[in-house]
This record gives sequence, C-alpha cells and structure tokens, in this order.
Amino acid sequence: MRKELTIKIAGEAGQGMQTVGFTLCRLFKKCGFYIFANQDYMSRVRGGNNFFQLRISENSVYTLRKHSDIIVALDKASISTHRETLSAEGQMLIDKKKFNIIEENSFLDVPMHDIAKKIGNELFVNSVAYGAIAAMAGIEMNMVIETVKEVFSGKSEDIIESNGAAAKAGYEFIKKEINKENFNIHAKKEKETMLTNGNQAIALAAVRAGCKFYSAYPMTPSTSIMDEISSCSKQFNITVEQAEDEIAAINMAIGASFAGSRSMVATSGGGFCLMVEGVSLSAMTETPLVIVDAQRPGPATGFPTRTEQADLLFLLHAGHGEFAKACFSPGTIEEAFYLTIHAFNLAEKYQIPVFIMTDQHLADSYRNVDILNQDAVKVERFIISKELSKEINGYKRYELNDSGISARALPSWINDVMYADSDEHSEEGHITEDALVRTQMVEKRLHKKMAGLLREIIKPNAFNIEKAGVVLVGFGSTYGVMREICEAYPDKFGFVHFPQVWPFPSESTVKLLEGKNKIVAVENNSTAQLAKLIRLQTGINISSSILKFDGRPFDFDYLFEALNKLA
Amino acid sequence: MNINDFKSNDPIAWCPGCGDFGILSAVKKAFVASGREPKDILLVSGIGQAAKLPHYIKCNCFNGLHGRALPAAVGAKIANRNLTVVVTTGDGDCYGEGGNHFMHNIRRNVDITVVVHNNQVYGLTKGQASPTTDEGFVTKVQEAGVVVPALHPLELAISLGCGFVARGYCSDIEHLSGLIVEGIKHKGFSLVDVLQPCVTFNKKNTYEWYSQRVYKLSEDKSYNPGDKLSAYQKAAEWGDKIPIGIIYKEEKSSYEEKTGLNSRPVLVEEKIESIDIKSLLQNFI
Repeated sequence: MRKELTIKIAGEAGQGMQTVGFTLCRLFKKCGFYIFANQDYMSRVRGGNNFFQLRISENSVYTLRKHSDIIVALDKASISTHRETLSAEGQMLIDKKKFNIIEENSFLDVPMHDIAKKIGNELFVNSVAYGAIAAMAGIEMNMVIETVKEVFSGKSEDIIESNGAAAKAGYEFIKKEINKENFNIHAKKEKETMLTNGNQAIALAAVRAGCKFYSAYPMTPSTSIMDEISSCSKQFNITVEQAEDEIAAINMAIGASFAGSRSMVATSGGGFCLMVEGVSLSAMTETPLVIVDAQRPGPATGFPTRTEQADLLFLLHAGHGEFAKACFSPGTIEEAFYLTIHAFNLAEKYQIPVFIMTDQHLADSYRNVDILNQDAVKVERFIISKELSKEINGYKRYELNDSGISARALPSWINDVMYADSDEHSEEGHITEDALVRTQMVEKRLHKKMAGLLREIIKPNAFNIEKAGVVLVGFGSTYGVMREICEAYPDKFGFVHFPQVWPFPSESTVKLLEGKNKIVAVENNSTAQLAKLIRLQTGINISSSILKFDGRPFDFDYLFEALNKLA
Repeated sequence: MNINDFKSNDPIAWCPGCGDFGILSAVKKAFVASGREPKDILLVSGIGQAAKLPHYIKCNCFNGLHGRALPAAVGAKIANRNLTVVVTTGDGDCYGEGGNHFMHNIRRNVDITVVVHNNQVYGLTKGQASPTTDEGFVTKVQEAGVVVPALHPLELAISLGCGFVARGYCSDIEHLSGLIVEGIKHKGFSLVDVLQPCVTFNKKNTYEWYSQRVYKLSEDKSYNPGDKLSAYQKAAEWGDKIPIGIIYKEEKSSYEEKTGLNSRPVLVEEKIESIDIKSLLQNFI
C-alpha cells in the first residue's frame, strides 16, 4: 500500500480535464484522503495542452510533486509533453488505437474512446479515464459512482447515468485487463474537511465579513472570487456589479464604501495598474476598501493563466503620495480566509485601503482543509451606530486627534452633512491650500495611522528555525512547499513565512533571523523582492535565493534539488 | 426647506462672472424644490471647476477623482438608495476623462442625476480644447485650431438609451433648476447638459453668443420629447439656434428595479457583525 500518489490528466482545453480532476478530488476526499490539486491551463478556450494534477495522501499535503505515478493522456500531444514527468514506477494510460500508436510498449493501453463510444458518445472519455484512475488506486466501485452522482447533481438524469456508466466501464476495464495493485493507496479514517481553493476562501470570508458591494472587471486568476460571491449574492443581499473597467470597479467600490457598505474589488496585476489612482483616493478620502491582487506573471498581459509573485514591491508602493496601508500575503487557504475577514476589520478601523495579495497558485489550487471557523476572527464595526448618529452635531469628517482616526459617520444617518475630498482638505473636508493643515493631514493619514497598524501586526510564521542549518524565507503561496521541505528534512531546514508584508513586521523579523548563518529567500519572481524588503526594513542581508519565474509554481522536488545545489 | 438651509460657508474659488454661479443657484433651488433635507442629498463630483460646486452647497459631498464621479456616485446610490444622488461634472471630466463611465452608466441606468457644466473648454488647466470644443477653436495647444469634430453628448446619450436627456443654460436659472428637478424625479440616469460661458478661456461661446441663440423647447407646443427621431434632430441643432429644455424622455426600468435592489433591505442598513455562512461552508464539504 502506498502512502501517497500523484495523478495527472492531460489533454486539450475543452476536453474536460477540470471536470475529471474535480471529480477525482471529490472521490479521494470522500474516501478520507488529503488532496492538493492544481490545474495548469493555457489562455485559450479550446485546444493547446492543459493538465490537472492531484497529489493524494493519507496526511495533509501542501504542495505538488515533480513526478506523477499515473498520467492519463487524453490526446496524442500529451504523451510527449508529459512522459518525462512520469515517476520511475509510473504508468501512462493512453488509447493506442485512437492515437495510432503501435510500437510502444511502455504505456498502458486503455481503449478509452471505444469504451466511451459504446456508452453512447466519445465525449464521455473523461469519465472513462476517471473510472480507470479510481480502479488503479484501488478505490471501491460504489464510491466511484456515488461521486459521479454528486458532482453531476443538477444535470439531467441522462447525463448522470451516462457518466456513471462510462466511469464504471473504465473501472471494469482496468480491473479485468490490468488488475495490478501497485498503485493502491490507503486512507486513514475519514475526517470532515472542506475541498476549496484560495479564491473561494476569500469570497467566503468576504461574505462573512459583511461585504455588501463587490465590483470587478473579469481578470484571470481573480475572476472566480466574483463567481463565488455572485452565487450567493441574493441569499446574503450583496450587490455584485461587473464594471466597465477596473477604474470604474474601484471607484464604485469607494463610492459604496463612503455611503457605508463594506466593499471589495479583486483583480490581477494589469487590472490593478488601472486601479492605482483609486488606491490613493481611498487613502485620501479615508474610505475603507479591501483590494485583492491575484498575481500573474507580467509585464503587460504576461502569462494570463500562470503564477508569479512579482507584484510585491509594486503593490507596497502603489498609489502616488504617502499614506498608510496594509498588505497581507496569505500562504494557505485557511490564512486567506482568516486574513480576509481581518482585512475588512482593519480597513474600516483605520479607514484605509487594505490589500490581500495572492497568486494564481494559491487562487486556483484545491486542498482539503479543516472546516473554516467563521468565528475565529470577530467581525467588528468601526462606524458611529445609527442610534448614536442622531446625537451628532457639528460633524467634522477629518477631525484631528492622536490616533489619526476620525470617528466615521455615514451620510444621512447623522442630521449634519459631511464633505469628503480627494483634494487636500480641512477637518471639515473642504478644499484647502493651508501649509499647516497639509502637514497635519499627512501626519494623520500616514504616521499616526501607521503607528496603530504596527501595534496589531500579524507576525511571521516560524518553523523549526532553532534546529535548522538553513532558514528559508518566503511570503504568499510558497508556504506549502517550504513547509513540506522543512517537515521532511527537519535537521537541515526551517522557514519563516510572512502572511503580512505591510506594515512590515521588522521587530519580529530581526528576532527570528538575526545571527542566522544561512538564509535563503524562496520566491516566484526574478529579483528576490521579499529579500530586498527585509534588507530595507531590518538591514538583514539575505544573500542566497531560489527564484522561479517561469510562470509555474514550485514543487517539492524542484525546491529540494535547488537547495541541494546551493549547498 | 428653503434656500438658506443649503447655504455653505466655504469661500467660492471661481472666476468672477463664471457661468458656474448660475448653475450653483439652479442646483440649490432644485434641492429646495425636491423637498429633501441636506443630510439626504449626496453631491458627487470629479475634478475641474464644476467639481468644486458641492463644497458651495450644504449637503453631503464626495469629491473624487478626475473623470470618476459617475462610478463613485453609482456605488453610493447602490449602497444607500435613500440618498438623492446628484453629480456635478464638466465637459472634460464627464465626456473626456470619464467617457467610458458616461457611456456605461447610461446603460446601467442607476437612479442618479448628472449635471454637466459644459463650457466647451478646459478651465482649470488653463484653456485647452475639451471634447465639446467647436472645430477651428484656437488654443495654446491647438494653435492651428481644433481639428477633431466636437462630441455631441445629447445625441450620444439618446443613442445609448438614456431615459432623460435635457439641456439648460446657466443664465436661465429658473428654467435650469426646473430641468434638474425633473431629472431628480426621473427614475434612472438623467442627464442635464448645461451651456455655460467660460469668461476667462472661451472668448467665442460668450453670454452674448448664447443669449442670441438659445430658445426654449417648451415654447414649441408641438414638440414631443417622447419621439426619439425628433429628439435626435433637436439634440443635433447647433448653429443660429440652440434648443434648451427636455430633449428626450422615456420611462424605463432602472437598475434598482431590474436587479431587485429596491425590494431588498438597503445595503448600508444591514447588520453585519454575525452573518452566518455555515450553509455556504457546507457546499464545500
């Protein structure tokens, strides 16, 4: 019995890899396994080469492996593209007749297309593949069929039945013709978990945190946040508005927030570029806003469907002028959920823009996690309540005080009126050119608010740094791969991961990293941006880095090999 | 409410004789006529001389970014539909920098009123051509005269399906304030384009130039603002005679009606401290 298995399904866009992949995720989760799955897709609707990769284990998994134990090629091109990623004992399932291959013996020949045709349509080939994979992993047939029913629930009876029959036929073919047990995998007892991804976690958190207005222009890989919030917008009375562009999206959200509703926008690098003036509007008018940047490789259009962490320094400097902001870089789905709720609280408390910075890898990768605890972060409001509003007179929107945070009333709730302005303004919110007021307002928006933000900073996660000879540092989605490496080689490696990168946790970073002999930055960018930030904020020089900027995420083996080369 | 209830103490930064003063008076009069209290009105503006207007009236004000008044106004109205939301903007702000928002917010049809101070020139940046500047107009930048044909906002608005398209003149305060009142009453996006001289930078389209040309559509009893074809003709009339009044009017469902927003609790009134998402989490188990 194996402890873990990596499976890859490859083919053209439009062949339904995502459906098979997702169905397999549901199946293995149902059988009590832990999963890490991601899809590698091209920026096209049909054709090309896409794949869905799942790692299944009896224990929690946080990253991918380089090699797959089972690969299913749904088209001929996938054979040559992926055969080098097959593990030493691995098997590639292909349809020799369909692909016109006679000579090769190293494949497992499964006439998937003929089987699908017998069921009624060649389109069912992905369900045949699904059944075949399940049989190879030694999963029981009834689970295979039940999962199909679940995944296709809501579709017609006919579709459920045909896909079920296709899965069964694929399953039986493997059992009858192959009947090997070397890929069988064993699960521990089932624990109730959620199968979800980073974007879904952010969307769920936004609903929980009371986001009532969401506007965005669709942009990969952020779009599924909009899909997810839309799907429950009626139930929770949330307005989701698809804007004409990202500039409209952020300005609408700021308008809604000024009126009093918690608001969020999400985009990726290029769309965020368009939003940048809006970021400084949020800061200047002191209007709370949560902004998600699901990073993808740039510059310009870059790699639309792939991953990178190269927006870090851009994001921290985004917006002209000087003002306080906060930026979170969750490493896991759980962190994405809890930090998003926190971001809404913080944005409202300090009346500032707050960023959630993810990337395609965290946004799209599925993992099963413990049920997210909606009570873990308390949802707190920082506005003058409607009841108290009635007693307000002589209201000044930007009243100066020690905290830099002026009590926030909502228009129409108080009997007075309020002025908010993107020009430099007086305490009343009227346009001013006064030098003293200007100085006071910069102090208010930047230094006073930063002092508060620094007091409630989220400290870096440190793992095994006392024992380890080498300390890895990273932010965002590299958490998973760093964690697994450090768990596998605790004598050699420890890591420090930063879920908050602004304000930067300088004090705790110094405590954790000062005096360490060997520190290695692990980043999905080409210039070690986190290492630069650490040096700037703490003076600690991180001389080694492992940088990956090919648009693909790190996997366990890639990082391990790279670390060995460094040493 | 009377005019004094809307009086602001903020000192006015416009040039003496500016057409903006007439528009300010008309907006105040319209607010009095609307019967709403200052606290229930939100004026949203972008950047430019027109965009300073909200400071000179006592009501709520959100003075945002250049060109971006419309999205901010629409966001605020969606969040709190109890607010009467009016935008004051200029020809550069609304038709130039914010052109995309102008187009799509007419389509979106959220219940806001947009008053465009159209002086056919850039004032605050000192005299360059605007999208509505007449061809041939000479400026420091367009020194051989403007070669790009002027944008016709009213024709554009009608073609985009705007349900309320009007043109006023800043010197006829009574008439203009009537148009703004009608615009506020109209359920959906309403556009009031206002002809306004720039006494400093536009020496062509002066008070005298306008006074010789403008005439009220209401004086022509046969004119039917519900007729789209004649509305196009009137919107395009720009020469010896320039019509002012309601050019086009059509009742249509607003964004709030179509999305059901009107029948749900106002977004800002929602209690959010303990929203239960357990049913959502269940979908992922």
